[in-house]
Amino acid sequence: MVLDTIFEPFQYQFMIRALIVCISVGVICPVFGAHVINREMGFMGDALSHAVLPGIVAAYVIGLNPLAGAVPMGIVVALLIGFIVKKANISHDTSIGILFTGLFALGLILLSVLGGTGLNLEHILLGQVLSTSTTDVYVTLVLSVFTLVLMILLHKQMVFVGFDYQGAVVAGLPAARINYLLLVLLSIVIVVTLQVVGIILVVAMLITPAAAASLITRRFSRVILVGVIFGVLAAVVGLYLSYQFNLPSGPSIALTSTAIFAFAFLKRWQTNRGAGDA
Amino acid sequence: MRCPCLQESCNCCIQAVDACVEFDNFLALDSVSFAIPKGGLTGVVGPNGGGKSTLFNALAGLQPIVHGTILINGLPPGNAHGEISYVPQRERVNWRFPLSVRDVVSLGTSTSGSFLKNLGFGDDALIEESLRKVDMWKNRDELVSNLSGGQRQRAFIARALTQEANILLLDEAFSGVDIASQEGVINVLRTLRDEGKTILVATHDLNTLSNRFDYVLCINRHICAHGEPGSVFTKDVLIELYGSHGEMFADHQIGQHTHGA
Repeated sequence: MVLDTIFEPFQYQFMIRALIVCISVGVICPVFGAHVINREMGFMGDALSHAVLPGIVAAYVIGLNPLAGAVPMGIVVALLIGFIVKKANISHDTSIGILFTGLFALGLILLSVLGGTGLNLEHILLGQVLSTSTTDVYVTLVLSVFTLVLMILLHKQMVFVGFDYQGAVVAGLPAARINYLLLVLLSIVIVVTLQVVGIILVVAMLITPAAAASLITRRFSRVILVGVIFGVLAAVVGLYLSYQFNLPSGPSIALTSTAIFAFAFLKRWQTNRGAGDA
Repeated sequence: MRCPCLQESCNCCIQAVDACVEFDNFLALDSVSFAIPKGGLTGVVGPNGGGKSTLFNALAGLQPIVHGTILINGLPPGNAHGEISYVPQRERVNWRFPLSVRDVVSLGTSTSGSFLKNLGFGDDALIEESLRKVDMWKNRDELVSNLSGGQRQRAFIARALTQEANILLLDEAFSGVDIASQEGVINVLRTLRDEGKTILVATHDLNTLSNRFDYVLCINRHICAHGEPGSVFTKDVLIELYGSHGEMFADHQIGQHTHGA
């Protein structure tokens, strides 16, 4: 039976756990990604994911779940980046670049000195969703629901501040605090996403599905909805392909995400050309 | 504090006394004093770099003053958020966000503190009323980034209306707006003024001024003149504002062209 073949991987508990985490990440990433692409914060996302490495290593060394180190580390880094960008008289890109490479290097040194053989750098860099524990699943679900609910409740405020910062301040919104909150929530989302695609490929889930959606539809709320469909599709199909063809799961998911973007790009290009001919 | 309008009992909603703004040892606003009564449409005019935007930012509480006093309905600008709606210069808006006209207008209700309104429930009537008032209801589903300059201004004015503030600041409202559309924007502003809103419009374009505003506030780091358009645009004021080539404007009476010799 065809159905049996399709569902065959999911007779394994580890695949069910991986699937749940993948779907969570597929949903929350584009919700944040839509803001990230319109605020041009892609580099910030990349930086946040690299900068939490010391937190992951520290948590491992003292025997905690990696998320217990990565989530607080992500929040601290997000606030630190926000603070430095505001206070230092150097450009956004420069301050982010300095902070994230410094912290990433610190993480690599800690890993080399303290990590021993138990922590696999390749898994951290490229994701290890197939070895997700039950605890990871619960933590992922709680954090995903938490960030998602806040983004829904604060949707208008987040858009107002990103679209027209001055107008939002004058209207009485605590715009600076809203931006910090976005950064903090983003750092949580990135840490959750790390499990699936690893530090290096986080951006493929964070911005690629949302960017693909923005080529298909031109309304912010629809970019989020279509982005969620693309995100879940990329994560689930990527996970499935990784199982069937014995590919590394993180790169497989990231590549599927890129393929969806390529498809959206070609569709947009075709539409534009069609419109041009008319 | 004595209101700069010097009336015994005044109804001024914006009061500035000796207000100074400094950037890196450069005095962008130098002891600015004026008062704006409730209601009325005021054009704030002056050269680029003359401090119009700085003044608006100071009134809106975006820019601290280093000396003097500014009061908005009796409150310092930092505490008067919500009293003012602010329509920023075009360059200050992140047009990358793919928002429809309706999306932008609905942002105005995000300060209501109501989660239901925030989620888009229960504010439809207010949004429709605001959009109809600025004649943008038919454009409600268009992307703001695709609109003409005049339509964008009207969309932002509609957003200001949903914020239900009584003071409106429009920074460089006519840059990138063609003459015909300027008329549309002005007509909307006049309607709002008739409903009791106090409106300040910054512009560096003298030609739009003559009979469009009730009052004109001329600013070139300090207040050069303040009053009705006809009484304000004297040769001396124009020279103070724009330097000696201001004479050109004075001879060339605004709105009264003579062609040929």
